[in-house]
Amino acid sequence: MCDSPERWYRSLFLLRRFEERAIDLFKEGNLVGGSLHPAIGQEAVAVGVCAALREDDAMTMTYRGRAQFLAKGGDPKRMLAEILGRSDGVCRGKGGPMHLCQMDRGIIGANGIVGAGLPIATGVALAMAREGKGRVCVSFFGDGATNQGAFHEALNLAVVWNAPVVFICENNGYSEMTPIAHSVGVEHLTQRAEGHGVHAMRCDGMDVRSVFGTAREAVAKARGGEGPVFIEAITYRFLGHMVGDSEPYRSSEEVMQWRERDPVAAMRKELASEVAEHIEQEVESLLQEAEAYARQSPLLEPAAIFEDVFST
Amino acid sequence: MRTISYKSALNEALDHALATDPRVVLLGEDIGGYGGVFKVTEKLLEKHGPERVMDTPISESGFLGAALGMAAMGLRPVVEIMWVDFMLVGADPIINQIAKARYMSGGQIGTPLVIRTQGGGGRGNGAQHSQSLEALFCHVPGLKVVMPATPGDARGLLLAAIADEDPVIFIEHKMLYMTTGEVPGALELIPLGKAQIKRHGTDVTLLTWSHTLLTALQAAESLALEGVQCEVIDARSLVPFDIALVAKSLQKTHRLVIAHEACKSFGPGAEFAARIAEEYFDELDAPVVRVAVPDIPIPYAKPLEALVLPDVAAIVAAVRKVCQ
Repeated sequence: MCDSPERWYRSLFLLRRFEERAIDLFKEGNLVGGSLHPAIGQEAVAVGVCAALREDDAMTMTYRGRAQFLAKGGDPKRMLAEILGRSDGVCRGKGGPMHLCQMDRGIIGANGIVGAGLPIATGVALAMAREGKGRVCVSFFGDGATNQGAFHEALNLAVVWNAPVVFICENNGYSEMTPIAHSVGVEHLTQRAEGHGVHAMRCDGMDVRSVFGTAREAVAKARGGEGPVFIEAITYRFLGHMVGDSEPYRSSEEVMQWRERDPVAAMRKELASEVAEHIEQEVESLLQEAEAYARQSPLLEPAAIFEDVFST
Repeated sequence: MRTISYKSALNEALDHALATDPRVVLLGEDIGGYGGVFKVTEKLLEKHGPERVMDTPISESGFLGAALGMAAMGLRPVVEIMWVDFMLVGADPIINQIAKARYMSGGQIGTPLVIRTQGGGGRGNGAQHSQSLEALFCHVPGLKVVMPATPGDARGLLLAAIADEDPVIFIEHKMLYMTTGEVPGALELIPLGKAQIKRHGTDVTLLTWSHTLLTALQAAESLALEGVQCEVIDARSLVPFDIALVAKSLQKTHRLVIAHEACKSFGPGAEFAARIAEEYFDELDAPVVRVAVPDIPIPYAKPLEALVLPDVAAIVAAVRKVCQ
């Protein structure tokens, strides 16, 4: 991806608007099941990292994974259909917003279990290394995941196997509702990666160019056979852990301060307003089209709930 | 036919799979240079190289998750978890990830992988190295569960498990590795989900699997001297379960004893007894009787351990009871 403000803005705005719309749909009631975990504020990490990837690279992400799904080229129509639980959803309505997956785009999947995607990504990367096509796998996760055993096991395996995997830690300062200071004993999460012998980098997760530059270097290392890389992207989620989070753990002043660094608004300032508006109209019509597609998609036939448990 | 050990039969299946399918990769602790703590993977590293036979760190959760990633990319990982008890360290990858990946992805992710492990008591290994945890895995939709008792079944079923497109939990038994039996000259698959009558009889159906099969056959010998003919069925696969063969046997015997090394409460015997009661109640002339380990952890001292494991006397008593 060339460093064009138009392209950055289109991607960032797309992620933002789809997430806002997903929240609207959730609030409408009876349309979206379970919980929805908004990624608003964190879009620059998804966009910057995915811009550094090839189409045939792979990715795992978390339940807060709609941004990455879109950034990696996942189908927006089928994503919204999945959120509504419809048969045209990427997972036929059996996965939902926490389990988005689109294998033909290298989207191995979102995960409802914190940290579980890292070992999976490591295995994907090992398989890719054996193909010898220079493919890499990235794994998105939050700061909270770095406290899980799966994080440490995956980083160690990746080093031992020299797997072409890039671990992307979206450090938004909160493990669900608990501030990082309460759950982490190191100053920088990069120290944890370094402790395993993984090359570690940091970037400003609110600045898409900072993310992109760091990710490009990391991906090149992994692709070049130099082993796994860890990136700590400092970011912030503007909304609660999930829709409905009362957020007693942080002040509105803190949120307002971070909102001043909104990556979507920052990129818009680089554009002439008519250019920005044109992009916005384009995204809005894509969104409307996707929502119409999702809403008209039927539920799966009841008998089909028994399919896909086993291969036959 | 040749006579080989259970351990060698498993080794032959793995060797054959590695030689004939480049997608097959073995992962596990001490399986390479050491050949596995029970020597099932002996010489496979030398024959197939470190890319195919991978020693892993002691990191069950990590490499089970990685195996899922490898399977999703088209490899066919065969993971060894040294003791079934250690499967619990990898409960998330097995239960939340591997078992559900195909379903949650709407069929996009294939999970052709095998998790080989061994369980059961008899060696004085204590409570954390002697469990029979098959019911845990049987309870999770998306997993197949296979428990061979003989060398022939071990080889044929392992080949079928590796060829299968779904995740298979393949539970060996530590007391079976050195037992011997006949295997056909050619390496043939034995389809999963097919039970087998190991001894024909007319009076009582004795359903069992894994090491308890050996005990059940001894019990059947002894009962035959009293004139009671047991039909001993080796389930071989618990998921899928061949209830049809059990039902067919019950049409003759009308009496059922289920013997296993898992704990009694909520054990596989409870499920099979319930299914027989639901679907074939009219075939039963007596309540189903279970022989199982009592609901306690396995004690360490060998004489105490022997008190809890199913033995010939317990099975004989159960058969007599069901004949009353």
